[in-house]
Amino acid sequence: MENALKVKDLCAWFGNHQVLNNITMDIRRHAVTSVMGPSGCGKSTFIRCLNRMHDLTPGFRVAGEVLFDGRDIYSEKIDPVLLRRKVGMVFQQPNPFPRMSAFENVAVGLKFNGKKRSRSELAEAVEKSLRMAALWDELKDHLDRLGSSLSGGQQQRLCIARALAVEPEVLLMDEPCSALDPVSTAKIEELIEDLSDKYTIVVVTHNMQQAGRISDYVAFFLLGDLIEMDKAARIFTNPADKRTEEYITGRFG
Amino acid sequence: MTRKAGDNPKDLLFEKTTAVFAFGVLFLAFLLFALLVRESLPAIRKFGAAFLVTKTWDPVAESFGALPFIYGTLVSSFIALLIAVPLAVGSAIFINEFAPEWLKTPVAFLAELLAAIPSVIYGLWGIFVLVPVLRDWLMKPAASYLGFLPLFKGPVYGPSMLAAGMLLSIMIIPFILSVSREVLATVPRLQKEAVLSLGGTHWEMIRIVIGQHCIPGIFGATILGLGRALGETMAVTMVIGNRPDILLSIFQPGYSMAAVIANEFTEATGELYLSALVEIGLVLFLLTFVVNFAAKWILKTMVSRAARGL
Amino acid sequence: MHSIAFRRRAADRVTRVLFALSAIAVILPLFLIFFDLLWKGARELKWTLLADLPHPVGEPGGGIANGILGTLTIAGLAMAGGIPMAVMAGIYLAEYGRGKFASMVRFAVDMLAGVPSIIMGIFSYVLWVLPMKRFSAWAAASALAMIFIPIVVRTTEEMLKTVPASVREAALALGIERWKTTLFITVRTATAGIVTGILLAMARIIGETAPLLFTALGNQFWQTGLDQPIAAVPLQVFNYAISPYDDWHDKAWAGAVALIGMVLLISAGARYLTRVKK
Repeated sequence: MENALKVKDLCAWFGNHQVLNNITMDIRRHAVTSVMGPSGCGKSTFIRCLNRMHDLTPGFRVAGEVLFDGRDIYSEKIDPVLLRRKVGMVFQQPNPFPRMSAFENVAVGLKFNGKKRSRSELAEAVEKSLRMAALWDELKDHLDRLGSSLSGGQQQRLCIARALAVEPEVLLMDEPCSALDPVSTAKIEELIEDLSDKYTIVVVTHNMQQAGRISDYVAFFLLGDLIEMDKAARIFTNPADKRTEEYITGRFG
Repeated sequence: MTRKAGDNPKDLLFEKTTAVFAFGVLFLAFLLFALLVRESLPAIRKFGAAFLVTKTWDPVAESFGALPFIYGTLVSSFIALLIAVPLAVGSAIFINEFAPEWLKTPVAFLAELLAAIPSVIYGLWGIFVLVPVLRDWLMKPAASYLGFLPLFKGPVYGPSMLAAGMLLSIMIIPFILSVSREVLATVPRLQKEAVLSLGGTHWEMIRIVIGQHCIPGIFGATILGLGRALGETMAVTMVIGNRPDILLSIFQPGYSMAAVIANEFTEATGELYLSALVEIGLVLFLLTFVVNFAAKWILKTMVSRAARGL
Repeated sequence: MHSIAFRRRAADRVTRVLFALSAIAVILPLFLIFFDLLWKGARELKWTLLADLPHPVGEPGGGIANGILGTLTIAGLAMAGGIPMAVMAGIYLAEYGRGKFASMVRFAVDMLAGVPSIIMGIFSYVLWVLPMKRFSAWAAASALAMIFIPIVVRTTEEMLKTVPASVREAALALGIERWKTTLFITVRTATAGIVTGILLAMARIIGETAPLLFTALGNQFWQTGLDQPIAAVPLQVFNYAISPYDDWHDKAWAGAVALIGMVLLISAGARYLTRVKK
């Protein structure tokens, strides 16, 4: 199958306020899709719909469909807990668990999602995830350090490792670099490109250069509408919609 | 259409389990009240409302009235507030506004330490240190010069309303102090600076700002201290003199609600005697309940008003 | 003009001094009490205090060993029952407590926290001593638990609420079930604060005397069972203090030193934990 996620006519409301209007898009497997747009355009709300992170938000509701593996994730039969193990998430602010070591931070998802694992299996999984997050070499001798004592960039890569440890298929990233310095940002961007061989990645960003550097596909959102979606090169060189062009050329947003 | 995460059966089970324990706490509160009422019933039936305004306390004749104890509790607490409020508010202002940085934490810490001392130790210190000192250095001279005033009439024994009030004041100061500091800290810095920039002295700033902002909060802190003082048992029992009389002189012994329960509960042989003591407990319970919630309400409305910038 | 400025400045100076004096007046009793405790407690402050049973009047020596054991026993029982109840109720209020039921529980907790401790003694007396027709460690422990529980419910709720939402979100996004998130991640993040609250509540109940008067009653000897009267340090301090004998007064002071030692040790532990947390 070409597409990891299919979104059909997705609408979302906070109370009476509609924040997403009939979004329809396909998210390509093993590619990086950027969701771009000015603040308040609904891009964060949108990707949080893809793993049901809004479930606990009072007053939030959705209509439409999000198909994952051909099934609507909002249907009665889907357990959101299992869904989130397949569709992981990295947040804007690095949020390692404060009272846990780096090792525990990465191991925690495996520890608490049912299957019993031996110590060595856990250690192996942690190493693998940290290697994928390009953090192993820096951290292998400091695995007992508190996750919150690492630098901001390391914390964010730790959070990526933590998300990868539960072996998701899709990784959602909500402005993963906006709290980081340029050097850390570059590392994360490089990481995103590497990971896209094996994972489907959806990145929210308001940074056009970033979207240009990392994306295979770009979706442009404005005021809760999906204006257009296309291959990255196409969007940046020859957008179909005037509003996209205006945004890209910096005339607003 | 969006299901709640609580729909997962294990999540639901966990939520309900915690709810059971929460209900347990609610149940305990209810049980406390219900048992107090049930055990008070014989006395309530026998004496009715007169219980609250009768002066007699005669276990032999089984004739009981709570007035001397209510009076003693109120008077000793009032004396305590009279001493504690100015000192606590004064030190709160000192710590928040005047003290150099290095002094703030130690002073606040020491004042908080006062709250950690068990009440029986206050009582012990009261019996052997405070009462003799008060008797010889304050009450005896005062009684001989001002004894013509009913408030200071002798003879002086030592254990007295005044001793209880003073000891209570030391015990409730930490509470009034810490709430007062919180109240003072809610004043916006801009307002303080505004007064200073107009050429006001530090004292004028405090007077104006406190006059405008902090009076209700300090009143709330006072009521909170009152709630503490009303129910204090051991220290009061040990220094108040334990005499069930209503005497105007604060140099004379008195009795308090908590003290009479502490002293006589194990000796209460008859059903009616025990019931009368429990009813005193019930009155004390209701009194502290009203006072505590009044304090909470005052502080809450004050805080929300401060948040709105009024 | 000149005199007005002078008066204003003088008023400023005078009030400054008054505020400083009031702070001194607040702190002074603390020093006096500690000084007297050490001064008057010194005579009986020997290691036998912690190792021996009380001796009869006039017989020198003797200790409060049974009281220390008794205090630890009743406080231990109160905590064994109180901690699960209070922490679970605190979790409920912090994680699920939005509706009417939760506000009723909060109201009950506020109410219980303000009840004078002697009334908890009456409660336990009516609940246990009257039907069982005997004073007991159980009755004393249940009175102390009534004081302990509301304090710990409150701190647990407050501490859990300080755990940032991002922590819960992170766990949610990893596909960790909500109950596991609460128990193994949120509670764990707040553990230091919750334990601090538990220790402070423990320090508080260890020093309580009033609720023990007619529940534990006191005991001159080693405890024989939890359904029997039991000794406790605060009761011993009280009984020695109001006795008419000078050598018992000395023992009251020494016992008070031991009691405040226990209380301060536990409070210091609590303070140490809060410091570690930062």
